[in-house]
Amino acid sequence: MERKVKISVQNLNVFFGQYQVLRGLTLNVEANSILGIIGPASSGKTSFLRTLNRMNDLVVNSRAEGRVLLDGVDIYHPSQSAVQLRKRVGMVFALPMPLPMSIYDNVVYGPRLSGIRNRAQLDEIVERTLTSAFLWDEVKDRLNLLALRLSGGQQQRLCLARTLAMDPEVVLLDEPCSGLDPVSTARIEEALTVLKSRYTIILVTNNTKQASRVADETAFFLMGELVELDKTDKIFTSPSDQRTNDYVTGRFG
Amino acid sequence: MRISPKVTQTLAVLLLGVATLLTVIILIMIVAFVLKRGIPEISWEFLSTKPREMGKAGGILPTIWGTILLPVIAIVIALPMGVGTAVYLSEYTRENHVTRIIRFGTDCLAGIPSIIFGLFGYIFFVTILGMGWSMLSGGLTLAIMILPTIIRTSEEAIRAVPQTYREVSCSLAATNWETVYKVVLPNALPGIMTGVMLGIGRSIGETAAVIFTAGSSLLMPLSLNDSVRTMSVHFYLLAREGISNEKAYATAAVLVFSVLSVNLIAYWMMNRFIAKRS
Repeated sequence: MERKVKISVQNLNVFFGQYQVLRGLTLNVEANSILGIIGPASSGKTSFLRTLNRMNDLVVNSRAEGRVLLDGVDIYHPSQSAVQLRKRVGMVFALPMPLPMSIYDNVVYGPRLSGIRNRAQLDEIVERTLTSAFLWDEVKDRLNLLALRLSGGQQQRLCLARTLAMDPEVVLLDEPCSGLDPVSTARIEEALTVLKSRYTIILVTNNTKQASRVADETAFFLMGELVELDKTDKIFTSPSDQRTNDYVTGRFG
Repeated sequence: MRISPKVTQTLAVLLLGVATLLTVIILIMIVAFVLKRGIPEISWEFLSTKPREMGKAGGILPTIWGTILLPVIAIVIALPMGVGTAVYLSEYTRENHVTRIIRFGTDCLAGIPSIIFGLFGYIFFVTILGMGWSMLSGGLTLAIMILPTIIRTSEEAIRAVPQTYREVSCSLAATNWETVYKVVLPNALPGIMTGVMLGIGRSIGETAAVIFTAGSSLLMPLSLNDSVRTMSVHFYLLAREGISNEKAYATAAVLVFSVLSVNLIAYWMMNRFIAKRS
């Protein structure tokens, strides 16, 4: 069955000043799938993610050329608002970054900004998203606790719930498990495989095993270029590019 | 020859300890000196009645009001302007020549002797704008005087808010202003309050700028257009004109108490605020 293309990237070049971080990227992301992105440090993985929700706009002198289509509409077109885009494309950062407020307030930060004031509705969002992030049972009795008091793994799941609370269409995860223990990592991965039925997920990871466990398709980035993108099975068993093979078998990187 | 680490360690503890001790002793001596000479004169009557015979007899009630009202006017004006400037400089502009010039300007302004502000206030507010010697002239002058302090401390506080908070807020589809309002300002508040307290402290104690602009009327201030005398000015005039040393020190003692209590209340409020958020 042919799946719907959610994000289509066409000949994308991204520059920070004179420095080019992404070179001629072209790829499609299918709706309701998990795309894993692997590659060594400074291969452009994070910059790519931050292009998709225009977080790079915050970087002085950053510039994107080429087209990034979300449901067929170019997100960098002058008529498109970055703030509106970020409601549709949520992001979870590498390190858990709860805002210095309660668990509850963290989760409803996005919804409140969109104008939801109704307490019952907010309560429902908090329970639903924390449940999706496999955190509800651990925190349901202490939602007013300052989020910084949670453990690292709990904080990261809270950040996932906070992103889901905006009801996005696409969820970007930037090495979400890099600071977590194996149990927390398993929890997050479990959450992701369930969540892909509702969202399109792009997962940057330094842990190739993680990509092989959860991703439907995997892309290998190297020095700002896309080396290869294919079904995860194929990338990890019989990649067509020698460099991919070297990387996934641990021969470099 | 190298001195042994043990010796340098002992020496450091000793020197730092002495420095701290000296500071505390000097502080206590000043306060004790003022209080010892002032407290015997303080009575309920002193606090609750108007001065008679130019302050030789009677109380200091109008000057207490002046000391409360002038800083309040100054803060009401300087706080929004100062914090607004700080937010604009740190959140809405990128570092360039203009921001550097503004910052350099505020730094220079902060170092200007207060009597110059008094002179400016006298010429501009009192004379040119025709406000006369009044609480409004005095308050505006004090506001300008404490503005640089508030801008710089607020800016430091705002810059100290982790960049990650801004990124997270932005990624959750907040606009720049929503991020400032919901994340940056609440987290910068303790630092901003420090600037406000410094400003209040300076305006309570200010004499030169006030005497030029708010005048030295001993009547109860009833409107913004009335001239008013603050405790600092009262103390200065009583001592300078040799009207009454006893009353002068009593005024000084009340002034010291007020500054202390303002600081204590501010610390208490700050601690409560921080405790609530951590």
